[in-house]
Amino acid sequence: MTVSAEIGKPRARKEDARLVTGQTNWTDNIQLPGLVHVAYLRSPMAHARITSVDVSAARGTSGVIAAFSGADFAAEQGSLPCAWPVTPDIVIPAHPPMATDEVRYVGEIVACVVARDRYAAADALELIDVEYEQLSAVLDMEAALTEGSPKVHEAGNKCYEWPFAQGDLEAAFRDAPVVIERTYRQQRLIPEAMEPRATVAAMVGDEFTLWTSTQVPHVLRFLLAAVLGIPEQNIRVIAPDVGGGFGSKLQVTAEEFLAVLIARKIGRPVKWTESRSEGNLAVHHGRDQLQRIKIAADRDGRLRGLDVDLLADMGAYLMLVTPGIPLFGAFMFNAIYKMDAYSFKCTGVFTTKTPTDAYRGAGRPEATYGIEHAMDDLAAELGMDPLELRKRNWITHEEFPFTTIAGLTYDSGNYEAATAKAVELFGYDDLRKEQAARRESGDPVQLGIGISTFTEMCGLAPSRVLGSLAYGAGGWEHAAIRMLPTGKVEVVTGTSPHGQGHETSWSQIVADRLGVPFDDIRVLHGDTQVSPKGMDTYGSRSLAVGGVALFAACEKVIAKARVIAAGLMEVSAEDLEWTPGQWSVRGDPEQSRTIGEIALATFTAHNLPDGVEPSLDSDATFDPVNFSFPHGTHLCAVDVDTETGQVAIRSYVAVDDVGTVVNPVIVEGQLHGGIAQGIAQALYEEAAYDADGNLLTTTLADYLIPSAADLPTFVLDRTQTPATSNPLGVKGVGEAGTIASTPAVVDAVIDALRPLGVTDVQMPCTAQRVWRAINEAKGDAR
Amino acid sequence: MTKVSMTIDGVRYDDEVEPRMLLVHYLREVAGRTGTPIGCDTSNCGACTVLLNGLSAKSCSVLAVQADDAEITTIQGMANGEWHPLQQAFHEEHALQCGYCTPGMIMAAADLLRDNPDPTEQEVREGLEGNLCRCTGYQNIVRAVMRAASASQGASS
Repeated sequence: MTVSAEIGKPRARKEDARLVTGQTNWTDNIQLPGLVHVAYLRSPMAHARITSVDVSAARGTSGVIAAFSGADFAAEQGSLPCAWPVTPDIVIPAHPPMATDEVRYVGEIVACVVARDRYAAADALELIDVEYEQLSAVLDMEAALTEGSPKVHEAGNKCYEWPFAQGDLEAAFRDAPVVIERTYRQQRLIPEAMEPRATVAAMVGDEFTLWTSTQVPHVLRFLLAAVLGIPEQNIRVIAPDVGGGFGSKLQVTAEEFLAVLIARKIGRPVKWTESRSEGNLAVHHGRDQLQRIKIAADRDGRLRGLDVDLLADMGAYLMLVTPGIPLFGAFMFNAIYKMDAYSFKCTGVFTTKTPTDAYRGAGRPEATYGIEHAMDDLAAELGMDPLELRKRNWITHEEFPFTTIAGLTYDSGNYEAATAKAVELFGYDDLRKEQAARRESGDPVQLGIGISTFTEMCGLAPSRVLGSLAYGAGGWEHAAIRMLPTGKVEVVTGTSPHGQGHETSWSQIVADRLGVPFDDIRVLHGDTQVSPKGMDTYGSRSLAVGGVALFAACEKVIAKARVIAAGLMEVSAEDLEWTPGQWSVRGDPEQSRTIGEIALATFTAHNLPDGVEPSLDSDATFDPVNFSFPHGTHLCAVDVDTETGQVAIRSYVAVDDVGTVVNPVIVEGQLHGGIAQGIAQALYEEAAYDADGNLLTTTLADYLIPSAADLPTFVLDRTQTPATSNPLGVKGVGEAGTIASTPAVVDAVIDALRPLGVTDVQMPCTAQRVWRAINEAKGDAR
Repeated sequence: MTKVSMTIDGVRYDDEVEPRMLLVHYLREVAGRTGTPIGCDTSNCGACTVLLNGLSAKSCSVLAVQADDAEITTIQGMANGEWHPLQQAFHEEHALQCGYCTPGMIMAAADLLRDNPDPTEQEVREGLEGNLCRCTGYQNIVRAVMRAASASQGASS
């Protein structure tokens, strides 16, 4: 008998064998006979009318196969799709993959060259002559909404307004003993997956194959068909090894559309690989919100009402899910807290900057930062320990399932347990004592403590909910199991991993359920011909939706095997019992058939019961009934040098509850990386523009991704409250760290400085900004 | 075009290249050694790190012609029948997720351990400062390098 219990095992990953030996298949590695290289000419202006594009000089150059301007694609290129028209009156501007008459951000594509090699293509770009008539850049969201502002699009700079309200907000604020009102800014970020995007497109007969560095091969295939009119059955999209995404590759891009169109025009396979500095301009950016937050509370800290008013920068155009990203905040600003009334309003604003869209956490980090930061400000206002304030307002573990003021039903959680564990690991009380002593002694290096008792909504998503929010697709996921005659297993998943280790975790789920050895399972993904059905990977959905679909497919295999096993053993199916790996006769375990034997019996099919299909193969499509709600308590201690403004993270403790853990090593890795990305927003990263709308942070020399030397060792632990909304009890972990960590770090910085009169520091909290905040508070800033 | 000769992972290559061709493009597109990826264009990320005559070098910052007569080791030349201790340690410590930075990380770590066979955690962190990873938060990379160091120490003592 097999004792499996694979779920929960710290397995080393299957994926690693190719990744540590350099045998990877990145899109840029792909070579095809006759392959030629595309380079794009991009707008150097934030906003301009294109008066002429002359590609003729480029066309005549040695090694150049073709050169095109927007006019060459005008009839066929369509408009890049936005799948989330959040309100009936939303403004969705036309968004041609290659600009034809106007450019609206630095980096927008205006022309291209196709050449024999990438050097020749880059050289020939310089021979293209574009004449522009400069128009006014629109950079500031508040200014963009004023009367008389220059317009990004003819229809104006307001994209949409999306309101939500629950409870009597006016009553909550009327006569409230304490009201705080704050404005916070979420800076603009660049996702910076380590693999720059790349796309290879080939057309053979009427069939297109697109290899592309994407998180969403299935979504891309559908939209190539829907927008370009290419019959869907003639399109195959392959996501080979994909080097990180963090939302940036949850996109349907101009470069992908154009690769298909160029391959069709010239009749040769084409490759485009972006450079990092090109990518910083052209990959969608993340965050960029102005948050106005008002809280009404009682003297004892009890929350009465929360009023959130957001401006969200869309950038110049709406990409795949641009307008919907900030709206996740509608359901997340209230976080883990109880209150009487809540109001949320988001206004989407166009600017002449790179479009924004999903970036790790997508709307939830913004909301979590806003509420956690505001809770600290409220605690300071009340003179209360911020942890105590949270305890007085959070949902207690006895109250689950709990329907929040925003209308979501949190199925499970235990904030007290996670917090108690974190407080102990962190040494919260001792650190507070040390902080008091250092404040007392006037230590130039002050200690600050930051708290983030976060939750998030993930496992995207119940299709009906998506429909009610005007999203253009469902939220289900698909999985299939193919039982091979030798007893080995092929798993086909609609998820599309790009670093998450699905090949390993999915193998563990199947090994656990079917009782087959972990090494006997191969997981296939990321190719619409191999895995024809899927909704792909984003929003911490893969395990909570795709993993559950796989679980359901396993159950179907087991059910089919039962009927066949009964026939083989000539007993009634009712008399059989399943232990992972085999069906055996109840009370007579010697009489049994392993899943491998049953698979072989379906291969020969000599001897199956009448009317039984000779196959164990099964598939399942799972549509979640609810979101999942990972939560946790993150505590951060920082040393802030008040003379230089330098911030050093001294310790970081994270206790997360992600429900059932399939592979603890992978879960820890996701948290490490997620926390690091949230810290990066708190302390290091910002996409900065100059007054003319030029991106200043086009390279990794200017856009500061933290290195190993910049980050601490994180102390992690877990509580485990299984989700009740799915049979695996899983919640998802891809974004939790990023959502949690930013406010913990920033609040620690401010906590260190409150006695000096500092009430806020704009992210990223660089030494210069911290130093300036200290000196402004002293009243002698220069 | 300029003639270059070099040994890459134990194999001798003789080619004619444009003098401006970067070593990393030579490795990937002429020699077909695609195990070494490109992550940026300003020599910040280190994904393209190789050993050039035994010392780590970012191959995007070296011209192919500058590597004339050189001996190059890429990630594809690290395993010798069995995985290099760093490859093994990266696997066992879950020091990679998407794996794009991994070739450069391993090559930079190899040079770090050559220079300092018994580093402290802080020395590893500082030694790998020129290699960026977006997935792991570096914690398991540091662990893996420490593990490989102690494995090599154990093997040599």
